[in-house]
Amino acid sequence: MTQINPKQTPMSKQEPQVRAKNFNEVGLGYTKEEAIAEAKRCLKCKKALCVSGCPVNIDIPVFIAAIMEGDFDKALQVIKAKNSLPGVCGRVCPQEDQCEKKCILGVKNEPVSIGRLERAAADFGKDNAPVSVKGDKEKVAVVGAGPAGLTIAGDLARIGYQVTVFEALHKPGGVLVYGIPEFRLPKAIVDQEVESIKKLGVELRVDQLIGRTFIIDDLKKEGYKAVFIASGAGFPKFMNIPGENLNGVYSANEFLTRVNLMKAYLFPGYDTPIKKARKVAVIGGGNVAMDSARTALRLGAEKVFNVYRRSRKEMPARVEEVENAIEEGIQMEFLVNPIRILDDGQGWVKGLECLRMELGACDESGRCRPVPIKGSEFILDVEQVIIAIGTAANPLISATTPDLKINKWGYIEAEEATGQTSKVGVFAGGDIVTGSATVISAMGAARKSAEAIAEYLEKSKNEKQ
Amino acid sequence: MYKIISRRELAPSVKFIEVEARDIAAKVQPGQFVILRLAEPGERIPLTVADFNRSTGTISIIFQEIGKTTRELGLLKAGDSITNVVGPLGQPTHINKVGTVVCVGGGVGTASMYPIARALKEAGNKVITIIGARSKDYIIWEKEIGAISDTLIVTTDDGSAGEKGLVIKPLEEMIRKKEKIDQVIAIGPVIMMKAVSHLTKSCSIKTIVSLNPIMLDGTGMCGVCRVEVNNETKFACFHGPDFDGHLVNFDLLMHRLKTYPEEEKISLEKCEHCRK
Ligand SMILES: Cc1cc2nc3c(=O)[nH]c(=O)nc-3n(C[C@H](O)[C@H](O)[C@H](O)COP(=O)(O)OP(=O)(O)OC[C@H]3O[C@@H](n4cnc5c(N)ncnc54)[C@H](O)[C@@H]3O)c2cc1C
Ligand SMILES: Cc1cc2nc3c(=O)[nH]c(=O)nc-3n(C[C@H](O)[C@H](O)[C@H](O)COP(=O)(O)OP(=O)(O)OC[C@H]3O[C@@H](n4cnc5c(N)ncnc54)[C@H](O)[C@@H]3O)c2cc1C
Ligand code: SF4
Ligand code: SF4
Ligand code: FES
Repeated sequence: MTQINPKQTPMSKQEPQVRAKNFNEVGLGYTKEEAIAEAKRCLKCKKALCVSGCPVNIDIPVFIAAIMEGDFDKALQVIKAKNSLPGVCGRVCPQEDQCEKKCILGVKNEPVSIGRLERAAADFGKDNAPVSVKGDKEKVAVVGAGPAGLTIAGDLARIGYQVTVFEALHKPGGVLVYGIPEFRLPKAIVDQEVESIKKLGVELRVDQLIGRTFIIDDLKKEGYKAVFIASGAGFPKFMNIPGENLNGVYSANEFLTRVNLMKAYLFPGYDTPIKKARKVAVIGGGNVAMDSARTALRLGAEKVFNVYRRSRKEMPARVEEVENAIEEGIQMEFLVNPIRILDDGQGWVKGLECLRMELGACDESGRCRPVPIKGSEFILDVEQVIIAIGTAANPLISATTPDLKINKWGYIEAEEATGQTSKVGVFAGGDIVTGSATVISAMGAARKSAEAIAEYLEKSKNEKQ
Repeated sequence: MYKIISRRELAPSVKFIEVEARDIAAKVQPGQFVILRLAEPGERIPLTVADFNRSTGTISIIFQEIGKTTRELGLLKAGDSITNVVGPLGQPTHINKVGTVVCVGGGVGTASMYPIARALKEAGNKVITIIGARSKDYIIWEKEIGAISDTLIVTTDDGSAGEKGLVIKPLEEMIRKKEKIDQVIAIGPVIMMKAVSHLTKSCSIKTIVSLNPIMLDGTGMCGVCRVEVNNETKFACFHGPDFDGHLVNFDLLMHRLKTYPEEEKISLEKCEHCRK
C-alpha cells in the first residue's frame, strides 16, 4: 500500500497584502493536478462516514473517485444529484464541522479536503444536463431565492412540478448575492448555479415581496397547490446602545448589501454609494462580522477593529475566515463589549466606547458567559461602526398569514422531517425556520421538504380522484 | 421590465409617469410606495404611488428630478421600460372617518397626498387640502386634488398664485380661528412636516407624517431607513412610512438624509446625459 499523505494538499491563496486591496477571490482553488493528488488521499470507504456529515448526503467517495480518474464532469454530475449549488458549497460550507469532521482520515491525520474537491468539480466539470421544459405536474410557489428556495425549486422541477420562485430583491441568490462578499464567493459562480436551476424549467420572478405584492393566501388562489417559504432571517438586530443612529453606523446587512448586491465598491461606475472610512469597528464574531471587516479593509480602511465580547475560541465564524482576516491585518479585540457610539458633535461617529470583559460561568457546551470588568472603559478611535450581531425573522409573512404558527422568536414553526407548517399545503425551511444557520443546512431542509411536498401533492391528487 | 405608458412634465423638474405594473396596481393602497431601479449599474430608489388604476394595471409616479437617478428617470419616454419595480411597500395609511382632516402637501408631497386625501374623502371625512409650492409654475396636481377636497387652499412662497407664504400659514389661521380639525396629515419636505407637527402638537391635533429616509431594499432587510419615533428606532420601509408627527425625531431624519452629499455630487457630475 502506498503511504497516504497525512496532510491536505494546500490550496493557493492570494497573498494577504495583495488581497486586502482587491475584491478578487482569496482562495484560488486547486489545479486539476492538485485535485487529483488530494483525491488520491481518500480511502473510498465502504461505510463512508463523511456522507453522514453532509446535510444533503452527497456521495462523497464516488465523486472523489471520479476526480482521481480526472473525470471532473462525472464528479460534478454525482454531486449535482444531491446538491444543486456545488460551486457555492465547495467555497462556503463549514466543512470542518460537517463532512470533513467525520472523515476517517481525520482521526489520525488531516481529513480529505472534501470542500476543495467539490469546488474543483464545480470549477472544472461541465454540466451536461439538458435544458428541461417546464413540467406538467402541479404548480408550486417558492418564497425567496436563497439557497433553500433555489434547492427546492430545482428538486421539484426535476420531478416535473411547475415551480415559480418569488424573490423580493431584483436578483436571485439570497445571502449568496447580498451578504457573502465577492472575495469569498464570486457572484459569477452564483449566477452560473442560478442559471443551471433555471435550465431545469424553474420560473424565477424577482421584485415580488410576499406579504405585499402577494400574500400567501393569494398564491393558493392563483393555483399554487403548495407553497414553500424560504425567506431567510434577514431582519438586522441592533444593540440598543446610544449613538446607533449616527451617520456612519451601518448594519452589516446594509454595508454588505451596498457593496455586494449594489456593487458600491465600484462606485461611481455603479450608482450606489458607500462611505469609505479610515478607521472602522465591526461588532460581532460570526462570518458576517468577518465579511464586514474584510470588506471595510478592501474599501481602503487603514485600521479595522473586530470587537467581540467573548474570546477567539467562542467565535462562531469559520476558523479559516478568522485566520484569513487576521492575516489581512484585521485587529481582533476579544473580550470587549461596546457600550456607546460617540458623536463628533455633527452627528457623525467619532469613536466606540467599550468595556473589557472576562469569561465567567460556562454552560454544559463549554460556552462561557462574558462579564464586564468594572472601570475598564476605553475608546476605540473609529469613524465608522458596523453592527454584525445577528439577524431576526422578518415578520412580514407571518403578520400577513395569521394562521401560520411562529415560535417566540418569530421563526416559522415547521416539522423537522418535512417542513410542514401549521397551514395545510404550506411548508417552510432554511433560516426562516432555524434562525441564521448555514447554506448547506438550509439546502438540506429544502431537500427534505421537496420530498414531503411531492408526497403531499400525490396524496391530495389521489384523494380527489 | 415595467413599461412606461405615458409621461409628462408637471412643473420644471417635476415629471409624471404612468407605469405598467399589474400586480402592484392590484394591491396598492394609499400611502404605499415602490422601489425602482432603472437598469444594472443603477441605484434602488423609493417613490410613492401617486395614483393607480386597478383595471388597466398601471401605477402613476410623480417625482422631482434632484439627483442622478431621478434625472435619468426623467429622461425616459413613453414606451421605454424600467428594469425593476417592487411593491407596494410600507404600511398603507390608516383611513377612517374622523371628521375633518386637513391634508397639507408641500412640493411633490402634494402628489403623494392625493390618493390619501381621496380615500379620506371616500371614507366620509371633510377634507381640507392645503398645497404649497415655490411659485405658480411649481404648483402640481391642483385640479386633481381640488376635485376630491371640500376646500382647497393654495400657497406660494412668492405670492404668484394663491396666498403668499408657506403652507403652514393657512393652518395656523384655522387653528387660531378655532376651526374644528380632527386630524392633520402632512407630506412634503422634512422641514415642513416638522413645522406642521410642531404647530399641531401645541394644540394636540393628531398629525400623521410620511417619512422619506434613505432606503435600499425597502423590505426590512438593511435598516438604513431607521428613524426615531417616541425615542424608539423604527424601520420606515417596514413600520412606516407614516408615523405620528408629534413623536418623530425630524432633526435626525434630516441629518441622516445628508449621509452622501459628496457621492451624490460625484454621481451627478459623472452623468453627462442627465446634466441640464
Ligand atoms: C454575510 C454572511 C456570511 C455568511 N457566510 C456563510 C458561510 O460562509 N457559510 C455558510 O454555510 N453560511 C454562511 N452564512 C449563512 C447563510 O448564508 C444562510 O444560512 C443561508 O443563506 C440561508 O439560506 P435561506 O435560503 O434560508 O435564506 P436567505 O439566503 O436569506 O434567502 C432568503 C431569500 O428570500 C428573500 N425574501 C425574504 N423575504 C421575502 C418575501 N417576503 N418575499 C419574497 N422574497 C423574500 C430574500 O430577499 C432572500 O433572497 C452567511 C450569512 C451572511 C449574512
Ligand atoms: C417612502 C419614500 C417615498 C418617496 N416618494 C417620492 C415621490 O413620490 N416623489 C419624489 O420626487 N421623491 C420621493 N422620495 C424621495 C426620492 O426617493 C429621492 O428623491 C430619490 O431617491 C433621489 O435619488 P437621486 O439619485 O435622484 O438623487 P441623489 O442625488 O442620490 O439624492 C438626493 C437626495 O435624495 C435623498 N436620497 C438619496 N438616495 C435615496 C434613497 N435611496 N432613498 C431615499 N432617499 C434618497 C437624499 O436626501 C439625497 O440627499 C421618496 C422617498 C421615500 C423614502
Ligand atoms: S455540501 Fe458541504 S457538507 Fe456536503 S460534502 Fe459538500 S462541502 Fe461537505
Ligand atoms: S470518510 Fe474520508 S476517506 Fe472515507 S470516503 Fe469519506 S472522504 Fe474518503
Ligand atoms: S430600506 Fe432597508 S430596511 Fe428599510
